[in-house]
Amino acid sequence: MSLVAILSLLVSSTFVYSAPLIFTALGGVYSENSGVTNIGLEGIMTMGAFSSIVFNLTFADTFGKLTPWLGALIGGIVGLIFSLLHAVATINFHADHIISGTVLNLMAPPLGVFLIKAIYDKGQTANINQSFGYFSFPGLANIPVLGPIFFKNTSAPAWAAIIVTIILWWLLYKTRFGLRLRSCGENPQAADTLGINVYGLRYAGVLISGFLGGIGGAIFAEAISGNFSISTIVGQGFMALAAVIFGKWNPIGAMLASLFFGFAQSISIIGNQLPFFNHIPAVYMQIAPYVITIVVLVLFFGKSVAPAADGQNYIKSK
Amino acid sequence: MLKVTPRTKRILVPIISILAGFLIGAVIMLIWNYNPVQAYSSMFASALGNMNGIGEIIREATPLIFTAIGFAIASSAGFFNIGLPGQAQAGWLASIWVVLANPNLPKIVLLPLAIVAGIIAGAVVAGIAGWLRAQFGTNEVITTIMLNYIVLYSCQYLMQQIMSSSLRIDTDTTKTIAANGSLKIDRLSSFFGDSRINAGIFLALIAVVIYWYLMKKTTTGFEIRSVGANPYASRYAGMSTKKNIMLSMLLSGGFAGLGGVIQGLGTYQNYFTQTTSLDIGWDGLSVALLGGGTAIGILLAALLFSILKIGGLGMQTIAGIPYEIVSIVIAAIIFFIAIQYVIGRLFKNKQAPEVIAVKKETQVNVADKGGQK
Repeated sequence: MSLVAILSLLVSSTFVYSAPLIFTALGGVYSENSGVTNIGLEGIMTMGAFSSIVFNLTFADTFGKLTPWLGALIGGIVGLIFSLLHAVATINFHADHIISGTVLNLMAPPLGVFLIKAIYDKGQTANINQSFGYFSFPGLANIPVLGPIFFKNTSAPAWAAIIVTIILWWLLYKTRFGLRLRSCGENPQAADTLGINVYGLRYAGVLISGFLGGIGGAIFAEAISGNFSISTIVGQGFMALAAVIFGKWNPIGAMLASLFFGFAQSISIIGNQLPFFNHIPAVYMQIAPYVITIVVLVLFFGKSVAPAADGQNYIKSK
Repeated sequence: MLKVTPRTKRILVPIISILAGFLIGAVIMLIWNYNPVQAYSSMFASALGNMNGIGEIIREATPLIFTAIGFAIASSAGFFNIGLPGQAQAGWLASIWVVLANPNLPKIVLLPLAIVAGIIAGAVVAGIAGWLRAQFGTNEVITTIMLNYIVLYSCQYLMQQIMSSSLRIDTDTTKTIAANGSLKIDRLSSFFGDSRINAGIFLALIAVVIYWYLMKKTTTGFEIRSVGANPYASRYAGMSTKKNIMLSMLLSGGFAGLGGVIQGLGTYQNYFTQTTSLDIGWDGLSVALLGGGTAIGILLAALLFSILKIGGLGMQTIAGIPYEIVSIVIAAIIFFIAIQYVIGRLFKNKQAPEVIAVKKETQVNVADKGGQK
C-alpha cells in the first residue's frame, strides 16, 4: 500500500467516525456552557439514530440522495424534543443533572427498540439503502497528494461538522447570545441581576445540545451502522462527553478532541489493513480509545476548568 | 394538598413515582394500541402466580442488591459510580475462572476463594477510578464509563486468548462449573419450582445488614458520609479525603463485583461472552436511586424491579407486548424520583405544634432585629 493510499484511508475513516462525535460534542459544549451538565448525550444520540433510520427507510424512495441529510434533520428534531425532558427536570424541577441525564440514557434504548417492534414487528430494522457514503469535492479532489488524502472519497458530514463548529464558535464567543449563555454557566445569580433570562438561556443550551446530539446519532446511524438496534449507539455519547472536557468546553477544542477520538476509533477498525498496526492484538485496538480518553483526562484535567456553575441548579429567589 | 409528616412523605414520594412510572408505560402502550390492563395483569400474574416465578424474582433481585449497595456506598461519599457493569463483569469472570482452574479443591475452600477473587476483581476496577480521582482529580463519571468498555473488551480477550481452551466449550462459552464451586442449592431450587434461585440471596441479606451497620454504626461509614456531605469541613475535622475516596470506591467495586459473582456462581454456572455492558450494573443504579440509598429501600426496590423484569417476560409471551416497556417504566420511575421536588410539592409538611411555636418566635425575633437596623 502506498503512503498516500494509507493516509487517505486513515483520514477518510477518521472523518467518518469523527463526524457524529463532533456534532454531539458541540451540543455538550452548549449545554455545559449554559450551566447544565448533560450526561444524557448517549440517549439523545440513540433517539437521533432511531428516528433517522425510520425516516430513511420510509422516505428513501421519495427523497433519493437527499434522504440521509433530511434524516439527520429529523434526528436533530427528535433529539431536541427528547432533551426537553432533561431541560424541564434540571431547570424547572431542581433535579440532579447527572441523575436526570442518566434517565435519558436509561430511557432511549428501550424506547427505540419498543417503537421498532411496534412499527416493524422485529427487534432491529432493515438496512437503509440511502446512506451517506463517500463524497468527493469536485475540483479539489484533483489536487496532487492533498486531493486524494483530504478531498476524494471523504465524509461530507465531517466537513459539514467542521463548518458548523466554526459557526458555533463564533456564536458562543463573538455574539451577545453567546456571552449571555456563558454568563448563565459561570454566574447565574449575577446574570439574573443584570436582567438576563437564566432559565430561558439554559433551555436554549439544553435544546441545542438535544438538536446537535440527535444529528450526531443520526449521522452515526446513516453513515456507519446502517440500521437501528439496541447496540447501534454504544459509548459514542460518552465519548463525545469526554471530548467536551478534553476540548475545555470550547467548540474548536471539542472538534479537535472528537477528531482525535475518531482517529483512535477508526484505527481499531481499519488497523488490520495497515502495516505495523496489523501485528497488534485486536484487543489493544478495541480498548485504545477508552484508555486514551482516561490518560488524556488525567494529563489535561488540571488545565481545563468547567464553567463555574456547570451542574448547579439555579433557583430564582422571589 | 395533603398534610403529612416528613417521614410519611419520604415513603409517599417513591410510591407516587412508581405509580407515575406505570402510568407513563400505560400511556405509551395505549398510543401504540396495546392494552395496558392486559399487560400489567399478565405481568403480575406470571411473576407472582407460581413458585417458579417467585424463585426467579428472588434470583433476579440477588445481584441487584449487591450492585445497588455498591452504587449507594460510592454515592454517599459523593461519587457517581456509573462503572458498576464493568466491575460486576470483572467479578463474574474472575470467580468463574478460579472455580474452573481449581476443580479439585474442597467446597469449603474453593467457594470462598472464588467469591473473594470476584470481590477483588470488582474492587480493582473501581479502585482505578478512585485512585485517579484521589490523585489527579479526574472526573469519576467519565473514567468509570470508559472502564466499562475497557473491561468489556478485556474480558472477551482474557477468555478467548488467555484462558486455557480446556476450560471452554467454545470461544464464547466456558464449561459449567463443578458443584464444589457453585452457589446452587438443589433443595431450594426444587422448592421454588425448579427456578435458578441460589444461596446468593442469603449472602445478599447479610450484605444488606453489613451495609446498614457500616454506614450507620461505624466510624468508617460516618467518615464516608461526612466526606460526601462536605469534603472541606471533613478535611478540616482531620479526615483524609483521599483515603475516603479510595475506600468508598474499593468497597463500592467490591460489592458490584459480588453482584457479578452471583451471576456466575449462582445463576448461570459459567461465563459467556458479553456484547454490551451488564444490565445488573444499570439496574443496580436504578435500584439504589429508587431505594433512596437505605438498606431496606434497596431490598424492596430490588424486589420490585425483579417483579417487573420477570413479569415482563411473561407479558411478552402471554400478551404479545414488547418486553422493552418494562425498561421504559423503570426509566420513568427514576425520572420521577429525580424530580421529587415537584412530587414533594403535592404535600404540605405537617408540623408538630411546638415546632410551629418556635418558628413563630424566631420570626418575631427576626422582625425585631429588622426593626433595630
